[in-house]
Amino acid sequence: MEFFERFAVPHPSIAIYASMVAIGLTMVAIVAGLTYFKKWGYLWREWLTTVDHKRIGIMYLISALIMLFRGGVDAIMMRAQLSAPENTLLDAQHYNEIFTTHGVVMIIFMAMPFIFAMMNIVIPLQIGARDVAFPRLNALSFWLFFMGAMLFNISFVVGGSPDAGWTSYFPLAGNELSTSVGTNYYMIAIQISGIGSLMTGINMITTILKMRAPGMTLMKMPMFTWSSFIANVIIVFAFPVLTIALALGTMDRLFGTQFFTIDNGGMDMLWANLFWVWGHPEVYILILPAFGIYSEVISTFSRKNLYGYKSMVASMVIISLMSFLVWAHHFFTMGQGALTNSIFSITTMAIAVPTGVKIFNWLLTMYKGKIEITTPMLYSLLFIPLFTLGGVTGVMLAMSAADYQYHNTMFLVAHFHNVIIPGVVFAMLAGLTYYWPKMFGFMLNERIGKWTAWLLSIGFLLAFMPMYITGLDGQARRMYTYSESTGFGPLNMVSFVGAIIMAIGFVLIVYNVYYSVRYASRDISADPWDARTLEWATHNPVPEYNFAVLPEVKSSEALWDAKKKGHVLFKGEYEEIHMPNNSGAPFIMSIIFFVLGFSLIFSLWIPAIISIIGVFAFMTHRSFEQDHGHHISVKEIEETETKMRGAK
Amino acid sequence: MKIDHSLPLEYSTEQNKLNILGFWIFLGAEIMLFATLFATYFTLYNRTGNGPTGAEIFEITPVLFETFLLLTSSFTIGLGIHAMRLGRQKAMISFFVITLLLGLGFLGFEVFEFFTYVHEGAGIQTSAFTSILLTTLGTHGAHVTLGLFWGLFIVLQVRKRGLTPQTANKSFIFSLYWHFLDVVWIFIFSFIYLKGMM
Repeated sequence: MEFFERFAVPHPSIAIYASMVAIGLTMVAIVAGLTYFKKWGYLWREWLTTVDHKRIGIMYLISALIMLFRGGVDAIMMRAQLSAPENTLLDAQHYNEIFTTHGVVMIIFMAMPFIFAMMNIVIPLQIGARDVAFPRLNALSFWLFFMGAMLFNISFVVGGSPDAGWTSYFPLAGNELSTSVGTNYYMIAIQISGIGSLMTGINMITTILKMRAPGMTLMKMPMFTWSSFIANVIIVFAFPVLTIALALGTMDRLFGTQFFTIDNGGMDMLWANLFWVWGHPEVYILILPAFGIYSEVISTFSRKNLYGYKSMVASMVIISLMSFLVWAHHFFTMGQGALTNSIFSITTMAIAVPTGVKIFNWLLTMYKGKIEITTPMLYSLLFIPLFTLGGVTGVMLAMSAADYQYHNTMFLVAHFHNVIIPGVVFAMLAGLTYYWPKMFGFMLNERIGKWTAWLLSIGFLLAFMPMYITGLDGQARRMYTYSESTGFGPLNMVSFVGAIIMAIGFVLIVYNVYYSVRYASRDISADPWDARTLEWATHNPVPEYNFAVLPEVKSSEALWDAKKKGHVLFKGEYEEIHMPNNSGAPFIMSIIFFVLGFSLIFSLWIPAIISIIGVFAFMTHRSFEQDHGHHISVKEIEETETKMRGAK
Repeated sequence: MKIDHSLPLEYSTEQNKLNILGFWIFLGAEIMLFATLFATYFTLYNRTGNGPTGAEIFEITPVLFETFLLLTSSFTIGLGIHAMRLGRQKAMISFFVITLLLGLGFLGFEVFEFFTYVHEGAGIQTSAFTSILLTTLGTHGAHVTLGLFWGLFIVLQVRKRGLTPQTANKSFIFSLYWHFLDVVWIFIFSFIYLKGMM
């Protein structure tokens, strides 16, 4: 029996048993459904083995939305627990697990795949390419992320969730103070999906540098491509630091090394430093592509070219460099001395300058524009004031002396939600709505979309503004309850109401998808938003090969200038198109990674060694494989193009 | 597939160019990976707890052998790529095999060195210093081990398929990897061993 005991959840509750049943039933339902509708072959051929960047993007998108709800349930539970003083809805341990998984899920498994979804779907189309540089690697990146996410998500029903915070500081995360396997899940699940992110970074940089359409110089790239390019450069330089930090943490927990321990020379603060040397650039990995989406949307719906293109690019380059020079502001109170704190204070405040430049550029883009308030534009308009508010509180936190007051309070929690929700989440929802017709060939309902945007904004303000006040009054973060005499009760109740309004907003997104699938018109043009860049120059939805003839570009707004100045985008005859073959290897290899991760988490050495051999067997097979892809003949292209045009 | 004959074989197709650039970017990530290990090493190298210090366990002889073997292998793989550019398949394979043998010799000395450390009471669990020392050396050693298998597969492919744009591309990328491991070793030699023995 002892062998099985370690798989048991250390702090079981009715909610967890109910989740186990729900997970079991869902899996049975999926398997039964696929079998009944005979969809296994379709699933395997069209999705599990696909190397098409558009489909990989859609899979990223679906995963991100599922994880949004997973993390959202955690959030609602936290707000419910704190809505009243001395609430007993959750115990301290359960609360610790929930705030840990909420943070990890939202950053690593919701925000990251959401931006990868946008990058995958948009970048090759925006630069006039037929796929990314390494399509098979792209599939592997996705499946590694997906398996990492699944591994992390089974933690709460098998062995227990991590409970040391999403930052997982040592010595709390060490073996002595975190005895369950939860922190092993943290270390290994993030490692697996992190390898995927790193490979996406390499893939996207190569794609953007080498596969742009003829005529598209670097300074003629659309702004989303520019912002993603810079975000991917940050990925390539920041993620290896996380790889090492997690590897050292894993070794401390599994093999008894002394990196972050208290005695034998270990240094717990080293973890905090390594974590944030990755962690702060990570913030910019998330926000820069979001800025890119806002740039596209604001320019499109103001019917003007983007104001200050060059200063936009310059400010992003400066942000990317400075993002590596601010990490110590996450622990001003940990005693590294006045000089160090001062330096990091100044760099942190300085990074607000290039960000401010971008805000003014968006405002000036709208100035005297013919603004059309669509759902994506509404998100962008709400973003500017809300995000600026978060930026200003960020500068408050940057002052290291004052930070002794704010540190570890709800003020900080309010600040980073204030930048991440209007910054990243609104951008992704704007991008989702904006690019939906590109992915699926119909538009989301505008009326429901605008309701969602307003509900999310009002819910956001109600949920997080009270935290600024309770935080300044001294309510500590990560505390599972507080006494009535503190007076935090009413404001926390307001937060709870705000959280519920946000939840309704997120449910409306799902309803909008359902409603639009049923009722939206399929009869839309290739360019329903009257947009400006190349992704709207091909059909909706996009054919497998993206562009029948590769476009030739003369300006940064190629499609707009084709429409207004009569530039000719597509010249020449159809030629045979070379496309990569599908492959099941990335999917199967990632399953082996899942088994490997699970075995390491529970120190099951024999399955771990077998799965490592399995991984190397796949790599060996890949080395010897000769796969030259396939060709799409001119006749097939003609047929597809005729059909696509006829459908208009 | 369009082949551009004005360029060396390894650059001759579009995909080949992508592969080489992609691998350079991967090497950028690898530099960050080892830089993080070095930074951690410099943070922890005098935190020896109850364990031995670097000066007590480092020995110059095996380290010099390792250095000579690895540096020579970097030279021979350069000759291999030169032979490849001249289209001399046999010479290229010979130089690649010599490279891999030198790498194997390096690995042998490293394993011996690890056994000595553990024997002298400097195991991976002893202190923060020994943990990071063995992890840094081990990460480099694991890269060399992976390289041995990878190089072997490439030699087999060149033998079987001849010098094609694909095999030339793989060989060239492998040579980049191998030179990179040599660069990392130079840093390990200078900043871990020499600095530790001073």
